[in-house]
Amino acid sequence: MSSNPDFWSFVFGRLSWESFPLHEPILVITFIAVALGGAAMLGAMTYFRVWPYLWREWLTSVDHKRIGIMYIVLALIMLLRGFADALMMRAQQAIAFGGSEGYLPPHHYDQIFTAHGVIMIFFVAMPLVTGLMNFVVPLQIGARDVAFPFLNNFSFWMTVSGAVIVMMSLFVGEFAQTGWLAYPPLSGLAGSPGVGVDYYIWALQVAGIGTLLSGVNLIATIVKMRAPGMTMMKLPVFTWTSLCTNVLIVASFPVLTAVLVLLSLDRYVGTNFFTNDLGGNPMMYVNLIWIWGHPEVYILILPAFGVFSEVVSTFCSKRLFGYTSMVYATVVITILSYLVWLHHFFTMGSGASVNSFFGITTMIISIPTGAKIFNWLFTMFRGRIRYEVPMLWTVGFMVTFVIGGMTGVMLAVPPADFQLHNSLFLIAHFHNVIIGGVVFGMFAGISYWFPKAFGFKLDPFWGKMSFWFWLIGFWVAFMPIYVLGLMGVTRRVNHFDDPSLQIWFVIAAFGAVLIACGIACFLIQLVVSFLRREQLRDLTGDPWGGRTLEWSTSSPPPVYNFAFTPVIHDHDAWWDMKQRGYTRPLHGFRPIHMPKNTGTGIILAGLSIAFAFGMIWYMWWLAALSFAAMIVISIGHTFNYHRDFFIPAEVVDRTEKSRTALMAGE
Amino acid sequence: MSPDTMAQHHGHDPAHHDGAGHGTLKGYLTGFILAVILTAIPFWLVMGEVFANPQVTAFAVMALAVVQVVVHMVYFLHMNSRSEGGWTMLALIFTLVVVAITLSGSLWVMYHLNANMMPMPHHDMRGIP
Repeated sequence: MSSNPDFWSFVFGRLSWESFPLHEPILVITFIAVALGGAAMLGAMTYFRVWPYLWREWLTSVDHKRIGIMYIVLALIMLLRGFADALMMRAQQAIAFGGSEGYLPPHHYDQIFTAHGVIMIFFVAMPLVTGLMNFVVPLQIGARDVAFPFLNNFSFWMTVSGAVIVMMSLFVGEFAQTGWLAYPPLSGLAGSPGVGVDYYIWALQVAGIGTLLSGVNLIATIVKMRAPGMTMMKLPVFTWTSLCTNVLIVASFPVLTAVLVLLSLDRYVGTNFFTNDLGGNPMMYVNLIWIWGHPEVYILILPAFGVFSEVVSTFCSKRLFGYTSMVYATVVITILSYLVWLHHFFTMGSGASVNSFFGITTMIISIPTGAKIFNWLFTMFRGRIRYEVPMLWTVGFMVTFVIGGMTGVMLAVPPADFQLHNSLFLIAHFHNVIIGGVVFGMFAGISYWFPKAFGFKLDPFWGKMSFWFWLIGFWVAFMPIYVLGLMGVTRRVNHFDDPSLQIWFVIAAFGAVLIACGIACFLIQLVVSFLRREQLRDLTGDPWGGRTLEWSTSSPPPVYNFAFTPVIHDHDAWWDMKQRGYTRPLHGFRPIHMPKNTGTGIILAGLSIAFAFGMIWYMWWLAALSFAAMIVISIGHTFNYHRDFFIPAEVVDRTEKSRTALMAGE
Repeated sequence: MSPDTMAQHHGHDPAHHDGAGHGTLKGYLTGFILAVILTAIPFWLVMGEVFANPQVTAFAVMALAVVQVVVHMVYFLHMNSRSEGGWTMLALIFTLVVVAITLSGSLWVMYHLNANMMPMPHHDMRGIP
């Protein structure tokens, strides 16, 4: 039976010894390092018996705060992978001139830039944004959890599964070599017969389920679970931007799912949606994927705008300037983000009327964004500004992002775009807005809400080091890229002939090293802050003089967030409560109804990895079995009636008393 | 504890009613009968060959399908301008706007692409590098 090739191809599908990249020394060394490091870590975790704790308190947790923290941990881990890709590309481009081929063959280089884009957008930026929203939104609206706590846990683990699928492609098979949006016909079966594009498709489909469900969850939370008195125009700005982001997620991610389903049909069953012959049209793929892709840009940036609004008004000790205009600007951006997608493919062959329509809508969308910048500046004007780390990130953002916005408007002019399309100028532009906007915003948010999550502040010295390395590193890394783009250098090239270009790539590589120092400083900051946690301890729950409800709870907040649901009178609710001499209630507590932890989410997500693996390698039995198991477990979970419990009033009483003691002892 | 800043948590109140309609027998019957009629007409239009031009039939069937969607939303999904404090209506309008943008935009864009980049017959392609 072992000599029967049909049997083995039934069991292993396309998988064979040749699928393992044993001939690529870089990957083999990486694999050995990862295997040894991973084994050491798992061994240590088993030795110190942290598994039961981890399983009970974190992996199965339905607490929105813990899920939010886990999202951010996932994002930071994936940031290291995505950034390693970036450093490899920068190093390759800095040395591959003339006679030197560099150290990355095109086959490997193409996988790296694809993986870099996919990981940074889907598994770094998205989990950072979702994690921050998960942690902050229920606290800001005075809720005890999100609307669907189990769904939240499930969404998180589906996102992790997507990340695991991408990481698997590093050592088993290969990743897509198509660029991060996998345009056909290159991503069709004829252009990419290997497993790379299949890894891409299934990683995004699995993670996409998580993203979509968490979008539904947060919309329901914000719409239905606001504390009494919190009308829509009293919502904190971060919650407003979260609401708009999640509306965008729910409206746009189904388009991504659908377009990837069509691509999978082309690849798996031989349909011709996006092929060159038999009536297929690859341009339709480009059109559809950008109908998702452009809102995606705003999905990432709107929560960052929300963070900056919170940070600016807190660290200037002022009410946010132009709250109403901020809300309307956010809503206008939400709608307009659906009207600009064609600016990603001006050069595809539309006529003047189509191109000018989308060029003008693109320019219009910069108006509400500009209004936001002025609102932040006017909030700072005559404010009592404290340059703590979150505020530094905010000011760094304003300076950097405005440049990115202006190059964006340049690209929005169709004739200019015909010159700049697919050039390094575009690369510099979107890194300018994503690093200068989203990444700076998420770091501002992490350093701002860290004391709320863990009970101690982050060490400011290493925070400032990280900030300056990131800021200077960004400018050094991407200004040369702008210059190269204006000279007409195109993206995704792994070897150059013109030696006069080399110096710019060397400068850019040096900038990338500076950013690497920024990331290192951030990691050192986490360690140093943990070691110095007693000095950095926050006993009040309100370390920055905050204005919104999350600062009324202890740091870290109790499981139930609020012993009593607060009643809101003003849009800076906690500031208003402080002004009116609010005192914490000390007695009269009642039992609190809470959701129970469940392992179903992580089990379903694990099965989805098996399903995706089966689909990628054509192991149909594995795909069928794991899919059936997922259905059975999902149905089984609906019969789980032990999904909630009450925290007894005495426990609430004890928790609140210990907080009173802490605050008095200070 | 000042009573005006604090409210008791309400928990799950079964009598709590926030404006989402739950339907009556009359409503369901009305919806059902309308749905049956709106399904029967297209069958009659196609099978009885009522219009000479099949394109007219196609458009009539699509128009009736749109009416059918509205009937389902009103009678079976209980959507009206007041349910869930207006959020359902808002969500519907937003969905319609986004779907309209996506469909009409895609048609316009793809039509324009075809207008400017007509597929060439195969023998013309040979001269192009």
